[in-house]
Amino acid sequence: MNLAPEALIYELSSPGRQGAALPVCDVPATPVPAGLARIELGLPEVDELSVVRHFTRLSQKNYSIDTHFYPLGSCTMKYNPKVNEVAAGLHGWRDTHPLVGEDFSQGAIELIWKLQEALREIGGFKAVSLQPAAGAHGELAGVFMIRAWHLSRGDSGRTKILIPDSAHGTNPASCTMAGLTALTIPSDAEGGVDMAALKAALDKSVAGIMITNPNTLGLFDRNIEEIARLVHEAGGLVYGDGANMNALTGIFKPGEAGIDVMHFNLHKTFSTPHGGGGPGAGMVGCSAELADFLPGPVAVMRGSKYGLATPAKTIGRMKSFYGNFGVLVRAYTYVRMLGASGMRRLAENAVLNANYLKVLVEKAYKVKYPRRCMHEFVAMGDIAEGVHTLDVAKRLIDYGFHPPTIYFPLIVPEALMIEPTETEDKDTLDGFAEVLLKIAEEARTNAQLLHDAPTTTPVGRLDEVGAARNPVLCYRG
Amino acid sequence: MNIDKNARYRTSHEYARKEGAEVVAGISDHAQDSLGDIVFVELPELGKSFKQGEAFGVVESVKAASDLYMPMSGKITAVNGDLQGDPSLVNKDCYGKGWMIRFSPTNAGEWDGLMDAAAYEKEAGKE
Repeated sequence: MNLAPEALIYELSSPGRQGAALPVCDVPATPVPAGLARIELGLPEVDELSVVRHFTRLSQKNYSIDTHFYPLGSCTMKYNPKVNEVAAGLHGWRDTHPLVGEDFSQGAIELIWKLQEALREIGGFKAVSLQPAAGAHGELAGVFMIRAWHLSRGDSGRTKILIPDSAHGTNPASCTMAGLTALTIPSDAEGGVDMAALKAALDKSVAGIMITNPNTLGLFDRNIEEIARLVHEAGGLVYGDGANMNALTGIFKPGEAGIDVMHFNLHKTFSTPHGGGGPGAGMVGCSAELADFLPGPVAVMRGSKYGLATPAKTIGRMKSFYGNFGVLVRAYTYVRMLGASGMRRLAENAVLNANYLKVLVEKAYKVKYPRRCMHEFVAMGDIAEGVHTLDVAKRLIDYGFHPPTIYFPLIVPEALMIEPTETEDKDTLDGFAEVLLKIAEEARTNAQLLHDAPTTTPVGRLDEVGAARNPVLCYRG
Repeated sequence: MNIDKNARYRTSHEYARKEGAEVVAGISDHAQDSLGDIVFVELPELGKSFKQGEAFGVVESVKAASDLYMPMSGKITAVNGDLQGDPSLVNKDCYGKGWMIRFSPTNAGEWDGLMDAAAYEKEAGKE
């Protein structure tokens, strides 16, 4: 990695330098009215070569799945095969204007339809919409659908959504944004939903439950069918958060276990890029009963042709046009490259890798719920007096690893949430475990190494508290 | 772990302490320690009423944002405005200068359902 600190582009500015030569104006010039013209814009004045070097140097400081192991729990930072990019770059996909009529975009609509069908099969759903552009966007669509379904039956009294305390923070946020109230359900000693608390919370005010399975502890909730039965009996619906679907593909179909509506993160399980904040895709799948409420448009077959249609009682659009189409091309490519047997192997490897790594890490770190995990597990980083998870995470950077997710889920103190993903080999897992054990040893013998970390990066330990309490959001104040 | 012997507690780590006819509430020392450096506290409007267990505000640290739950039902009579400028008061002195809300309870009987200091110490020790 290029370790020299990089100046801001503004600091590289020198008066009069420029990287572009504008053509001579060939129309009559219209002056900006007096008083509206500004001379001092404060924009950087930099030549082309300096700009290229600046951004190339920045890119060399980048940490990515293409360069390093990235065990960021819950995020599924797995390898994104390059063939996905080849497919997405094909002229016919890349350059089709979204307003071209159906007759001239049959191939694009066919791809949307075939991806809908593949995801329907994988999830055990009756219908699918590819509109939502992110996981939380899919959650919001799902909660809107649940609310719309109750209202369509004349039941306006259902205002609460039950959410286990191990849930992603986006669940209560989606529910609040949809105008409903989140009610927290505690976990039991096994890390699953506390069934007694669930039963006590179920009444006529409950619109449904949002459940993540496997949950954020990396544990499969064996009561899933019973949970669904109880919620249905009380008149509610079951939402499935599919963030952890890479533990289940080809093995378990949520739609057949009583989940009424669910999102998948195509940018996690289906290997489309998301390290840089997207763009993502959070498709929603649902039961026959909810199909009419899906966001539209969705792709349909009309005779031998493909077309776009809006479901009869749709909650509306979640996104302009047809979702993030380029991402859908990548996900479809991935599904077709793996095929049905590959989908199953994907989940098997995700679970195998996590359990292998867990056994190695457990030699020095506590795992709060030690039973067999699914695709990830949650260890605890308080390995010596005065040493916290944050210190372990920062020290990992010195050894060239991206730290795992820390301090989440909230129900595990000093959480260190590790997801190796299905695409890593044994050597990488061994190497990572070896470093974690070495750090545990350092914590006992020379904890200062951890407190000072990272020391091998362009900037060292940042003042996170200062940044949160007194944020400076503008360059030059 | 520092525990205010005169206060009572919820399992979600809020404390309640009687002061005259009113009750002062905040989060326990155990809670502030687990959260780490607190960077923001959101408190309710004066005069607002909450039921026991309802969220009255939010506390945010560099690690997490957590809802704050009413230890008892009541009507808010004062909030600690100093926390706006200096949320670290919760870390430094959670039972004193880091108090969060003052309310007049609407169901005095709920006091008896809260954990006393000894019971809370045992409960928090389990984590």
